[in-house]
Amino acid sequence: MPTQYVETQYFTFGHPPNELVLKSGIKLGPITLAYETYGQLNADKSNAILIFHALTGDANAAGWHKDAKAPGWWDEMIGPGRAFDTDKYFIICANCIGGCKGSTGPSSVNPATGKPYGLSFPVITIEDMVISQKYLIDHLGIKKLLAASGGSMGGLMALEWSVRFPDTLESAILIATNYKHTAQQIALHEVARQAIMSDPNWNKGDYYGKELPAQGMSVSRMIAHITYMSERSMEEKFGRKLQDKEKVGYDFSHDFEVESYLKYRGASFVQRFDANSYLYLSKALDYFDLSEGTDLVGAFKNLKTKFLIVTFTSDWLYPSYQSKDIVKAMKANDIDVSFIEIETSYGHDSFLVEIEGQSKMVSHFLNNVAKKVIK
Amino acid sequence: MRIDHKYILEMIEPNSRVLDLGCGDGELLSLVMKEKNCRAAGIEIDEKAIYKCVERGVTVSHGDIDSGLADYSDKRFDYVILNESLQEVLDPEKVITEALRVGKKAIVGIPNFCNLNARLQIFFLGRVPVTESLPYKWYNTPNLRFLSIKDFRDFCAERSISVERECAIAGQKEILFAHNLLSDIAIFLIHK
Repeated sequence: MPTQYVETQYFTFGHPPNELVLKSGIKLGPITLAYETYGQLNADKSNAILIFHALTGDANAAGWHKDAKAPGWWDEMIGPGRAFDTDKYFIICANCIGGCKGSTGPSSVNPATGKPYGLSFPVITIEDMVISQKYLIDHLGIKKLLAASGGSMGGLMALEWSVRFPDTLESAILIATNYKHTAQQIALHEVARQAIMSDPNWNKGDYYGKELPAQGMSVSRMIAHITYMSERSMEEKFGRKLQDKEKVGYDFSHDFEVESYLKYRGASFVQRFDANSYLYLSKALDYFDLSEGTDLVGAFKNLKTKFLIVTFTSDWLYPSYQSKDIVKAMKANDIDVSFIEIETSYGHDSFLVEIEGQSKMVSHFLNNVAKKVIK
Repeated sequence: MRIDHKYILEMIEPNSRVLDLGCGDGELLSLVMKEKNCRAAGIEIDEKAIYKCVERGVTVSHGDIDSGLADYSDKRFDYVILNESLQEVLDPEKVITEALRVGKKAIVGIPNFCNLNARLQIFFLGRVPVTESLPYKWYNTPNLRFLSIKDFRDFCAERSISVERECAIAGQKEILFAHNLLSDIAIFLIHK
């Protein structure tokens, strides 16, 4: 149990007429970002690390909230003596826009109407999500981050930050990610979105204060969860074990443990996430293509940032070859990039659960970056 | 310092750019960086060795030598090092060609399969030799290629590759004559 609790803070910007102009050209504002920080910012503000969360993550990357049942989503990686060592570094994590964990998203109240945005919330992109967090870093008075890091969607955001704001970053750590969503990734997202949108309770996104599209949410989460595991990790965890019964029932109730596990995961997702946020964020991921269709090598031109790229052997959702393409394009630009493919069976979820190898890589990498930067 | 590392370091001009193919735990590259102030990078296949490299501050890519060179443009490096790794690659000819494409020069360290000790073992014992520089049995050796110093010289001559320096080592010292007969390992500095 924790000796002290962490709290979410809020930063609001973009009040009319100074709204943020999104990639789509639409204006959004005011924008609130929910964020947390851990550790102490040093005097010359050179020890700050920005962490980006994955699709359904939040600002609570580490530490415990009062009355919480679990610590933050990357607690094993962030803390005193851990990979992102809060004794040395000042760690920042913000909920991205479009999300539903305190930052402005489709479930937020539109100040112009006094009602939740719902589908009137503008479509956002990874670029918009990154740009909005630059306002937060400016607000905190940080000129140059020691590092930006994240896994999965968080990795895409760290990558986008590194090319959009190259002078504000010493290093970037990209984990289990890629530089554009592939047809398979888009397809899997579209199935999840269709599951939500075909639930009558979704009601074209207008369900706030009414019945939730629980069934659609649940199915979309079940699909997503399968993509986060590997065939082997599912076999090791569940095999053909039966749930609460000695033999199969020859009916359509739940027989297998894996079935009830997915159903449990689906049901708990309904409680903790907003269906519209899932639509917006998954779409933002699908729109992302750093190479803009053609030239990845060109995208990395003149970058001075030092990179660490980590993948996992069993991750079939963001397979290693996609990161290897990034490494190759970076090498073509003479960028200082280290790459490791860690052997694990956990699939895409590895970035959350494979702590040993990641910790070694991240802590040593940051050590070497910090040596040159922090006096 | 390992004797082979000492002689490799001697071949490298300060402030150069160096790529080490099969860099292991990064020991040599970290020396190259410290002693010669070089910009260095490595390629290594073993996951555990990668952790050591990063701990040492060595930039490293996880991958095999046979495919790792394609990522680099021509003459990107001043030196490409292949120390005790050439004999383990699938296509040594391609690797040397590629090494001399991305590097202005290459430094190749090979175990000498035909030194006196090995020859005696074959002749008197009638068995595949096990020596200090070739410590494996036939069934557990990572080595795919077995070559001597003369073999490597021939290889270079046939491809118009110039040998700038040939350093033969036996035990803990350089030997100055009868390289192919007396040395355990040899280090070649070559260019095209």
